Amino acid sequence: MIPCTDRRTFLKTSGMLVVGLRMAGVADAFEASSQQPVGAAAGPYPDPDFHQLDAWIVIRQDNSATFYVGKTDCGQGTGTAFRQMMADELDMPFDKTACVMGRTDMTVDQGGSGGSDAIQVDGWPMRRVAAEARRVLLDMASAKFAVPADRLSVADGVVAVIGDPSKTVTYGELVGGKRFNVTLSGRNVDATTGVAKVKAVQDLKLVGQSPQRYDIPSKVDATALWAVDATVPGMVHARNVKPPVAGAKLLSVDESSVRGIPGFVKVVTKGNYVAVVCEREEQAIRAARQLKVNWQKPAASPFPASTDLFDYMRSATPTSSPRPVVVGNAETAFAGAARIVEASYEVPFQGHTAIGPAHAMADPSNGQMTIYSNDMKSYGMRNGVAQFLQMPRENVRVLWQEGPQGYGRTAADDAGFEAAFLAREIGRPVRVQWMRDEETAWDTKGPAYAVKMRGGLDAEGNLVALDYEARAADYNHVGYNEPDTVLIAQLIGTRRATPASGSAATPSDMYAIPHRRMAGHVVQLPLIWETPLRTGNLRDPNGPQSTFASESFIDELAAAAKADPVQFRLMLLTATANDDDGFRRARSIAVVKAAAETFGWDPRPSPKSRPNGRTATGRGFAYSFRGQTIVAEIAEVEVNRDTGRVWVKRLVCAHDCGLVINPEGLRRTVEGAMMHALSRALHEEVAFDGEKVTSVDWTSSPTLTHADTPERIDVVIVNGDPNPKRPDLPHYGAGEAACKPMIAAVANAIFDATGVRLRRVPFRNARVLAALKAASV
Amino acid sequence: MSKISLKVNGTIRTVDVEPSVPLLYVLRNDLGLHGPHFGCGLGQCGACAVIIDGIAARSCVTPVSTVKGEITTLEGLAPPGKLHPLQQAWIDEQAPACGFCQNGQIMTAKALLDRNPNPTDAQIRDGMNRTLCRCMTYYRIQAAIKRAAKVISGKEAHA
Repeated sequence: MIPCTDRRTFLKTSGMLVVGLRMAGVADAFEASSQQPVGAAAGPYPDPDFHQLDAWIVIRQDNSATFYVGKTDCGQGTGTAFRQMMADELDMPFDKTACVMGRTDMTVDQGGSGGSDAIQVDGWPMRRVAAEARRVLLDMASAKFAVPADRLSVADGVVAVIGDPSKTVTYGELVGGKRFNVTLSGRNVDATTGVAKVKAVQDLKLVGQSPQRYDIPSKVDATALWAVDATVPGMVHARNVKPPVAGAKLLSVDESSVRGIPGFVKVVTKGNYVAVVCEREEQAIRAARQLKVNWQKPAASPFPASTDLFDYMRSATPTSSPRPVVVGNAETAFAGAARIVEASYEVPFQGHTAIGPAHAMADPSNGQMTIYSNDMKSYGMRNGVAQFLQMPRENVRVLWQEGPQGYGRTAADDAGFEAAFLAREIGRPVRVQWMRDEETAWDTKGPAYAVKMRGGLDAEGNLVALDYEARAADYNHVGYNEPDTVLIAQLIGTRRATPASGSAATPSDMYAIPHRRMAGHVVQLPLIWETPLRTGNLRDPNGPQSTFASESFIDELAAAAKADPVQFRLMLLTATANDDDGFRRARSIAVVKAAAETFGWDPRPSPKSRPNGRTATGRGFAYSFRGQTIVAEIAEVEVNRDTGRVWVKRLVCAHDCGLVINPEGLRRTVEGAMMHALSRALHEEVAFDGEKVTSVDWTSSPTLTHADTPERIDVVIVNGDPNPKRPDLPHYGAGEAACKPMIAAVANAIFDATGVRLRRVPFRNARVLAALKAASV
Repeated sequence: MSKISLKVNGTIRTVDVEPSVPLLYVLRNDLGLHGPHFGCGLGQCGACAVIIDGIAARSCVTPVSTVKGEITTLEGLAPPGKLHPLQQAWIDEQAPACGFCQNGQIMTAKALLDRNPNPTDAQIRDGMNRTLCRCMTYYRIQAAIKRAAKVISGKEAHA
């Protein structure tokens, strides 16, 4: 296998090369690939031109190819999938290809990662440019052999004249070491295309196979290059000193309190932003702890304590209330219902809490700014930092490198801006590393939700009316790499005038309910800037919260109707025959049935009979969709009646994301998404008193552990639609959908096991035990 | 600062650092060993694990001056160009997601299997429980440990 790049060589030498060496700006991947070492250019760094085939694909004389794509791989194997898709269109062997990602000076701007759209959206221009490269190569071979292109065949990067085995030529011989010089069209990068058409699904060979992820060997033998490893000569270490309470104002710092520390370089302050810089890492850590800072507490409490959060949210005046989604007339239907069921659900703030706290390294050499970051949106960071520092974009580049989990808007954004700011202040390369308490307290949070549900059943137990009303603490939701919302901008005071409105999501299902209303309200906490309770996208933003409420409540309605929970859902899905363009209703039915069948679901109402042993067992079902991806999950639980501990013993997921690129990679991605949401179901909650976050480490902010691991996980890949007359489905996204139903599936399983309904996340031992005792179970 | 000698991956290395510096920073910043990662600095997550005299130690809370035994890092788990059965099992199971914590998972599993070559599922859960993964790849990690245990104990030839 070809190494992905020689990044390690680059990193080890680039610091020396950038000094006193002035090379032309890198215009495209072809230029970059000819450099030794790769990426040594001293700047400026113009944008690679996505209209040039040479920006995407470089083929070498040895008949290998490197693909340059503007995405990042946060551990779901998307880089491997890109290689499969592009090698397939090119008719090249997978193991003769490599992939470079997320380097703003070298790879076209496809935005980095986010929204689970890497395969669904960005895979298309990758496929089209690879198909175009194949077409151009066939034209070259056609000219060489003086035969029409339709008399040529190609396999494994070798073109042959059909019927004349003596006439063959490799791609490497045709274009290796040379430019394609082919201009592509398309009004934006997503629309990039050549003349060639992509292959029909039945002609794809590598797509649908499961080559192993190319990045894994380097991650188990310590040769991977992580952003935490980025180092250049002259680099110093910085640590932030965060306000001890939210909203505190910096009055003064006593630099003499740290000046005697060996290796001390500088205390940097601006507004309420404080950092210390030292030659060595441990010196910076010591200085940050030792620095005497005089802070002034805010006059008013920045937020309620977490124990009072939901009461606060329910009584707050909404900052916005988007127009509800309405079907029929729910109020009239409720008035005529035989039975009305009501319930309220609560999901607290939950954090990213990356296993490796936020970090970045910024190098200001040559009047440029090079940032080494694991941020999944390297392009956004480049643009944001350029604006923040008021530098021309061409003078800023971000080199994406491997990092701890990138499941949304993590604090990696913040660390990148801080490193760049400090590098400019100090005039030396600066590495910023957040500490554990900083990460756990100050990273962005998934918004807290309080949801009221109301359902009306007729005399036969049919659901005739459903009302969903959510309140989300999501005002001033921060975006990605925004120069006026990143934490340092907030602390310095260079923040936007109009905060983002935030959102309060409604659930995603294909149930046909005759009368339905879904409404959401956004509420704000007293302090919206410089607060650790700042919200940002956390894997499947809002999905686990809204689906916990909606799919728990469907279960409550099924129990009220004394119906089997799967049958109850199928009844709602089959109550209409109308379908949308993606056949989501028909596919939902297929997915729900596949999950039940795989589990061995025996139809009966929940709960089971009253438990009498120490351990109560049960199973719970939940279903949802995200975009075009449909997912149904079943959790089988054991509830310890003495301790309240919930162990999810088995998980089943049926998953339909259309055309699957790499089934084994998909299985692991789905497992990971389920387990992430399981951690949120069982453990995760941001705790705070009236002035600061108090969950600051792995004791006060617990997470899923080895002991929680299910003994069996089945992921069933449902490919599409049971109706063979419908067209093949394209590839959809898979990074987040499986997060959605998990919390509800666990809650429904606990109910099935014990008859006790948990409506407040997380289901920690003490909460479960209290609920069991209250119900005398 | 004081001169401290460490035996790391079979080689004596001498560094000139404050005696109280956590071993992690010496390994990463002075010796260029990037296998161990900073995760918490509190000994809670295990991302920084190295093996010292057969025990999986948390290098982020181990003052460098207290280290008397031989240190093995992820880099030293197998001879150059070779993989330890645990590393191979990690690849075969495609265990990592982002991979940031996997140093600690592999090193903790190494110490576990050295102590108990044929652990039960419960012993694996118990022995690994303080080693955290925020991509929650535990299911695959546990499968990889079982796979490696079979290879190490010779029950199954490595494929």
